[in-house]
Amino acid sequence: MTTSAVTLADVTKRFGDVVAVDGVSLDIAHGEFFSLLGPSGSGKTTCLRMIAGFEAPTEGRVLLHGEDVTGLAPYQRNVNTVFQDYALFPHMTVHENVGYGLKVRGVSKTDRSPRIDEALDLVHLGGFGDRKPGQLSGGQRQRVALARALINRPRVILLDEPLGALDLKLRHAMQIELKSIQRDVGITFVYVTHDQEEALNMSDRLAVFNLGRIEQIGPPQSVYEAPRNEFVAGFVGVSNVVHAGLAEALTGRAAPFTVRPEKISLYVADAPPADVSTCDVSGTVVDVIYLGMFTRYAVEVAHDTTLEVVRQNVEAPSQDRGLFGATVNLQWDRDACRYLSEGSAENNQGGTQ
Amino acid sequence: MKRRHLGLRLSTWAVLLFLHIPIAIVGLYAFTTESSAFTFPPPGLTLEWFGIAWDNGDVRGALSLSLRVAATATVIALILGTMAAAAVWRRRFFGREAVSLFVVLPIALPGIVTGIALRSAISLGRIPFSFWTIVIGHATFAVAIAYNNVAARMRRTSHSLLEASADLGANGWQTFRHVLLPQIRPALIAGGMLAFALSFDEIIVTTFTAGNQQTLPIWIFSSLVRPRQRPITNVVALFVVALTIIPIVLATRLTRNTEGTSG
Repeated sequence: MTTSAVTLADVTKRFGDVVAVDGVSLDIAHGEFFSLLGPSGSGKTTCLRMIAGFEAPTEGRVLLHGEDVTGLAPYQRNVNTVFQDYALFPHMTVHENVGYGLKVRGVSKTDRSPRIDEALDLVHLGGFGDRKPGQLSGGQRQRVALARALINRPRVILLDEPLGALDLKLRHAMQIELKSIQRDVGITFVYVTHDQEEALNMSDRLAVFNLGRIEQIGPPQSVYEAPRNEFVAGFVGVSNVVHAGLAEALTGRAAPFTVRPEKISLYVADAPPADVSTCDVSGTVVDVIYLGMFTRYAVEVAHDTTLEVVRQNVEAPSQDRGLFGATVNLQWDRDACRYLSEGSAENNQGGTQ
Repeated sequence: MKRRHLGLRLSTWAVLLFLHIPIAIVGLYAFTTESSAFTFPPPGLTLEWFGIAWDNGDVRGALSLSLRVAATATVIALILGTMAAAAVWRRRFFGREAVSLFVVLPIALPGIVTGIALRSAISLGRIPFSFWTIVIGHATFAVAIAYNNVAARMRRTSHSLLEASADLGANGWQTFRHVLLPQIRPALIAGGMLAFALSFDEIIVTTFTAGNQQTLPIWIFSSLVRPRQRPITNVVALFVVALTIIPIVLATRLTRNTEGTSG
């Protein structure tokens, strides 16, 4: 058995009476792009700070490559952090910022220089070495922060919502770039984000946090396709929750389930004949949102249940606003229903209603 | 429009004249040829008093004492003030706000109160008056000035800079040396200059803590009672003015220039 890059063993962190992290255990493999996903205050950043060494766990242990580092200071750990506010040293040039880790470890100036240039090239900032951080754009600062971490060749890089301050377009570009850099250097990335899309499209695996606990760990596909409970279903992607009563009428089984909007087909005329492998229900269109690539419909199928349906705009959809108020038929594969574990459905916050 | 500006301009000049004519008179009579009386205009101008003042052993002793006291008090103030500011900035602890208040209080306290308090403490402790008792007296307000400057600068410095430094492998000393110190350097220089200037012309607290020694301001004060060779006093006063104004001007310029880049 190979040891994990990062292990949290039953870690709890309390700040006074507040429990920020509540008995979290996880294993992150070598070279993995692992995301900690959750709403703000869910404990994901605190977990990251405990891996970095900025916070000491109240209980439990932190291991890096099998070595217990729970009591070690940040500078004694072979991990580097990319901070949310970048934390570039404002009085140093880009060159000096990137070389800082080597300098404090006693690498001579002549040995530092080529490695700094190499790191700057890696993040496409060659030629920016003489600038001060104040003279850079947000995206460039982000790259400097990454280069400053990469240059030390740590075994793990921790990223705390690194793209949070960038505009949407730049975010998408940086997501792709971060992922490709990670693949190139092969360093384990632990990535904190509250953006489910970011977590889904970058991670090898992700952990969904809520109220200081992990709700589910797995690859993006399994977390999205098979959410374990209502919180995960609601937080990762848009999800329709069908409660026990209606579920019994649809499937014959009185257990709540979720179904993703893109799995549901919407028919203005009659749906194809129903059989044992389908769920069929009709309802009233209460909202129509045109989103360019597709259109999102809200269909009220019972007095307390509205299902969201997404339909690709294969044909010109301009007339579809006309569906508002219409009665439509919905059909989906029974296999698309994901039954939720009962226990955690009670303390959920984010399920769609 | 014009007229209103004229009124403003006149009153500004009036205030400036009111504030600075006395200093100008000191300056002018440092050059007069008369040795004891003040007649206006001075009957003639001479530089001889500068030479006489320079050769005066008392003046040189007082000047040297004042410079040494100011320098020592400034160094102590910078070290203690920075340490206090760092503690209040880095940590949350019970009584944090109170510490801020108590460190700054000596500035607000009238000098005479500080002076009496120190004198009682010194005599209670049976400590002989010396160079160090003067330094301690000056350090009380100098620490407050250093603390205020450094604390203001630290409040504008992100904690994550220190975390980033530690994260990149720097130990506590390296982080202080390479990250925190450059960040607070302008505040240290400005605070140090202000503290030096205030110490250099301090007289009230010094009267209570000096014993027989004379700092420059005390020498000036005592020579007023003996009106012999009054122009020497003016020369020395002029020197004190220069030595306190220059650091203060530099200090304000320094803090103003760094305002924009601290981000």
